[in-house]
Amino acid sequence: MAAEGLPCEFDVVILGTGLVESVVAAACSRVGQRVLHLDRRSYYAANWASFTFNGLLDWIQRRQEPPPQPDELQDWSSLLEEGEELIYLCNADSSSVSNVQVFSFTREEEESVSPPSTTEEEEAAAAAEVEEAEEETTQSTDIKEKESKEETFNEEDDGQAAGVDGEEHEAPPPDNQSRKKVSYSELLDKGRRFNIDLVSKLMFSRGSLIDLLIKSNVSRYAEFKNVSRILTCRHGNVEQVPCSRADVFGSRQLSVVEKRKLMRFLTSVVEETEQQTAYSGRPYLDFLCEQQLGDNLQHFLLHSIAMVTEDTPTEEGLASTRHFLRCLGRYGNTPFLFPVYGLGEIPQCFCRMSAVFGGIYCLRHTVHCLLLDKSNNRCKAVIDSRGQRISCSHFVVEEGYVATERKKVVTPTRSISRAVLITDASVLPAHSDQQVSLVTVPPVAAGAPVVKMVELCSSTMTCIPGTYLVHLTCQSVGSAYEDLSPVVTRMFNTPESHDQETCPSVLWCLYFNMVDGSGVQVQGHDLPPNVYVCSGPDGGLGHEHAVTQAESIFRNILPDEEFCPPAPNPEDIIYDGDSAPSTGEEEKQGEEKGEEEAGQSERGEGTGVEEVGQSESGEE
Amino acid sequence: MHGRLKIKSTAQQEEEKRKEREKKLKIYVAARDACFDKRKNGILDDEALQLTQQLLSSNPDFATLWNYRREILMHQETVKDEDEVQKLYEAELSFLESCLKANPKSYGCWHHRCWVSARLPRPNWARELSLCDLCLSVDDRNFHCWDYRRLVVKMSGVPVDQELEFTDRLIGSNFSNYSSWHYRSTLLPLLHPESPEAPSPCLKAPETSPPPSPQTQSHRVCEEQLLKEYELVQNAFFTDPNDQSAWFYYRWLLGRAERDEMISCVFISREDERVAVAFSRPVNAQTIGLLLVLDGQPQRVEWRSVHPRFKFCPVWICDLPHGTISDITNEHNLTVHWTEKPTHKDCALYTGRAESYCRDSATDQELFRSELSVEKTSVLQSELQTCNQLQEMEPLNKWCLLTIILLMRALDPLGYEKETLNHFKTLREVDSMRSAYYSDLCSKFMIENTIMKMEYAEVRVFSISDKNLTTLCHLDQLLLVTHINLSSNQLQRLPPQFAMLQCLEVLEANNNSIENLEGLYRLPKLEEVLLKNNKISTVADLKPLASCPKLKRLDLCGNPVTQITNIGSELAELLPSVTDLLL
Repeated sequence: MAAEGLPCEFDVVILGTGLVESVVAAACSRVGQRVLHLDRRSYYAANWASFTFNGLLDWIQRRQEPPPQPDELQDWSSLLEEGEELIYLCNADSSSVSNVQVFSFTREEEESVSPPSTTEEEEAAAAAEVEEAEEETTQSTDIKEKESKEETFNEEDDGQAAGVDGEEHEAPPPDNQSRKKVSYSELLDKGRRFNIDLVSKLMFSRGSLIDLLIKSNVSRYAEFKNVSRILTCRHGNVEQVPCSRADVFGSRQLSVVEKRKLMRFLTSVVEETEQQTAYSGRPYLDFLCEQQLGDNLQHFLLHSIAMVTEDTPTEEGLASTRHFLRCLGRYGNTPFLFPVYGLGEIPQCFCRMSAVFGGIYCLRHTVHCLLLDKSNNRCKAVIDSRGQRISCSHFVVEEGYVATERKKVVTPTRSISRAVLITDASVLPAHSDQQVSLVTVPPVAAGAPVVKMVELCSSTMTCIPGTYLVHLTCQSVGSAYEDLSPVVTRMFNTPESHDQETCPSVLWCLYFNMVDGSGVQVQGHDLPPNVYVCSGPDGGLGHEHAVTQAESIFRNILPDEEFCPPAPNPEDIIYDGDSAPSTGEEEKQGEEKGEEEAGQSERGEGTGVEEVGQSESGEE
Repeated sequence: MHGRLKIKSTAQQEEEKRKEREKKLKIYVAARDACFDKRKNGILDDEALQLTQQLLSSNPDFATLWNYRREILMHQETVKDEDEVQKLYEAELSFLESCLKANPKSYGCWHHRCWVSARLPRPNWARELSLCDLCLSVDDRNFHCWDYRRLVVKMSGVPVDQELEFTDRLIGSNFSNYSSWHYRSTLLPLLHPESPEAPSPCLKAPETSPPPSPQTQSHRVCEEQLLKEYELVQNAFFTDPNDQSAWFYYRWLLGRAERDEMISCVFISREDERVAVAFSRPVNAQTIGLLLVLDGQPQRVEWRSVHPRFKFCPVWICDLPHGTISDITNEHNLTVHWTEKPTHKDCALYTGRAESYCRDSATDQELFRSELSVEKTSVLQSELQTCNQLQEMEPLNKWCLLTIILLMRALDPLGYEKETLNHFKTLREVDSMRSAYYSDLCSKFMIENTIMKMEYAEVRVFSISDKNLTTLCHLDQLLLVTHINLSSNQLQRLPPQFAMLQCLEVLEANNNSIENLEGLYRLPKLEEVLLKNNKISTVADLKPLASCPKLKRLDLCGNPVTQITNIGSELAELLPSVTDLLL
């Protein structure tokens, strides 16, 4: 592939494979636009990516190296034509992540910090990972592919990995003494069975992402698990939040009167009442107090159901309460889904959809600069990393590729504090050890941030059996470590915690800050109007921001087209080109793609689809 | 536009679908006809099995084909050895599974599965039970599957506690599930039976009565478990007070006793030479072997119910042979034997007395409250408290209100009368669709209260005016009443049961909406009937009165019937005994 150049004309060129870019790619390909989708990285999904354990170590290492010298700006002016001007892009990844800190508390390791991990073992692992990353770029990430990988692992693990097949199995008694510690080498050995997300989000059952996945039929490319319970941290204890009718019925913490009050509140809040509007502008907490619900319920409603802070205005609190309730019961007893194999799957699913409809994909391939048509101030072409000039009508780009001086960003820049922990037990052991839990942690002290924690079990295929993958997220106040380590020390057993033998132990953890993407607008930058900027992940729990952004970009590009209409059933597609063999050029394109998408049976279909399109255009 | 997919239009798709359907129909009809032919010719071969399978997998509700299939299978049983039969039936089970996937609520499939499971030489019940688990996890209210599950449990002896846990689980995931609650009600008495020495809390058995029937006994659950159940069900109705399944289960928990069968009253009238017998429940006296012994002599008598409409009735009458008791100077001893049950009742008619009766001084508890609950007062009190708590939060919840009324009645019907009436008023407002039901229920309770008051006062006067009565009931309790006042209610009729008031002399029923007097039938002592301001509109409506021989005074003022011309003379003809007619 490398030797051959890309086609030199596209409708839309997209740089960056984050969620927003991927949705735009799918939406454009779906309605027949010729899409070229590139990413400088060797993996899909940018800051939305999921990594294996080894892959993550590699990612960490790259964060901790001094930033690479900016590539000497090649002079592309030879490619310029009359009335054109160059706009240089920069390298993504340079500044969106900061304050990376890693701690390992596993057996073999010395009991403390191991910043920039430099053991030989790790280097070897990192090297292996690079290979794997390459492998992944050619194969992309197909679920089936992964499953077969998992199976081989299972065999090797002499049956120890009972949970990988996704079935729930009974928890061994949560006896601290008998808890087998997982060693660091085990984490490395089985590192490929981790899928560690850089962002931690959940999918609201009636949120815009789920709607989009269903509407577009992209959902067929992924599998999901229900978040099985919502927990909260209160007076230092972890408690389950009763949110569905069945939860309320079964709850042992609530009195019958509280049950009634909670149910009544939840049913009444669905409708807007005068009493509610009377509180608009005043804090939601005041409104809750007025309902005389008692401390228990007030806590659940504020922190775990509305998931707002004490001073959030009532109308906002009510809106998020309603959203929560609307999502409840669609797929289970909580309002959330989580994709099996991690959130990094989702952008890839959209990429796959795009490829099925003829989108062309290249990783480790970037755009160096844009060609501006000075006559109309529009971007008419791009120059890629191989110096090829590719013309396009629209250019969509991940925010990180846009030079800071051209960007207009809300100041001060907000950022997200993240922590990723690998632990050896659940924060609230239950009859089944395969629970996916959302834990809401109110501020531990005045001024401290509200922390959302997602605890994933091994059947989500994000960690190995016997471990839990815990993601903590909050809006940054200080560095990730400053923001989140107090919560970690309080809820888990680390060398810094006291008398917490009963809490789950942290085997390994990572802290970092990431720029909050919610401050970046699609347009309004110092860029041509047909260049659209996609922001990175935002700090919200759902995906509303990304989906809204993708849709608005699509509407700008194709104002008259439907956004992600359902993909047709294969039997409803008319292959009238079947009899007429396509031209040589088309075949070449087909082959090209075939290569690119090796290992993906369904992308073969994409090739077919593309051919159909070509022959149809021939008719016109 | 280039790059655009060509997709079949809806019309094209429709057309294709239509053709597809036509093709399918042709195949289906051909196979069906082939099956019928084969069956007619008595062919029971493998091909028939195949054909029926093909048809049934597309339409599992074709009962005839299942029958044919069973015929074939039974025939195959006779020609194959056990292993082959086992295989055959196992194949049948997996075929059924595929049918159930297509239609999990097919009667034919489930019935056939029962049949196959019962005939399988070496059944695998564990597998069947897990099939039930699976089906119920998909739809926890599939009553077909519940039925099948009960069969499987019975055949394979699944421990009761395991099944109880199963209901725990289903109720935990969704408590709006009658099947689970009901299943619980059958499992609990088996697992936690009421300890036998505990006296049945409400019903003090009268000396002569037999031990409580096995039904009442076996339905009860030991107290410790009952309290847990009360807690469980309270969780349900506090979580969702509008869910009726929990309330129904709650009613079951509170329990009800059935009254013992017995003769509750014997009445003898010297003048009419007549005996009336009241039973604790409606019976057919002609078939239960009722024996009347007068002064040691069994009498051949003709028993008749109080109204020709009743084959079963709680009150039966017989005329004694003429002259047997008419001499007022004689004393007589009467015994009525219920030969089917070891029970009888004596009654002595003393010298100089025109009539005599003997009745059980049944307590109100026995009469009415046991219908509502057999729980101990302390338990009922605490349940009432809980419900009142819920009612404070949900003042308009009908289930809660109704339950409170029932609990109050079970505890102290007279003491709570005022509150009960208020709750009924609310109920009629919040559940107007059922306001007539509530009015009838309220009438029933008011009548019960009035009967109790009458009993305490030991009088034979029954007065219940101005209480919004819409219906009359418990009339068998009024056998001995001589004066009844039903004025200013909302009654529309005096039903045939009214004929049980065999001693009635004066009936006051002014200011109602009565249009039907069917129940004023052969009341031997009835002299005065006051029906001012009712809705009697035709002379025919008054016809039943002609059967009351002693009727003298009749007030029909304010009835439409008075507008009829010649009404006076018509009535004089119809009711010759009436001397005092008010129109």
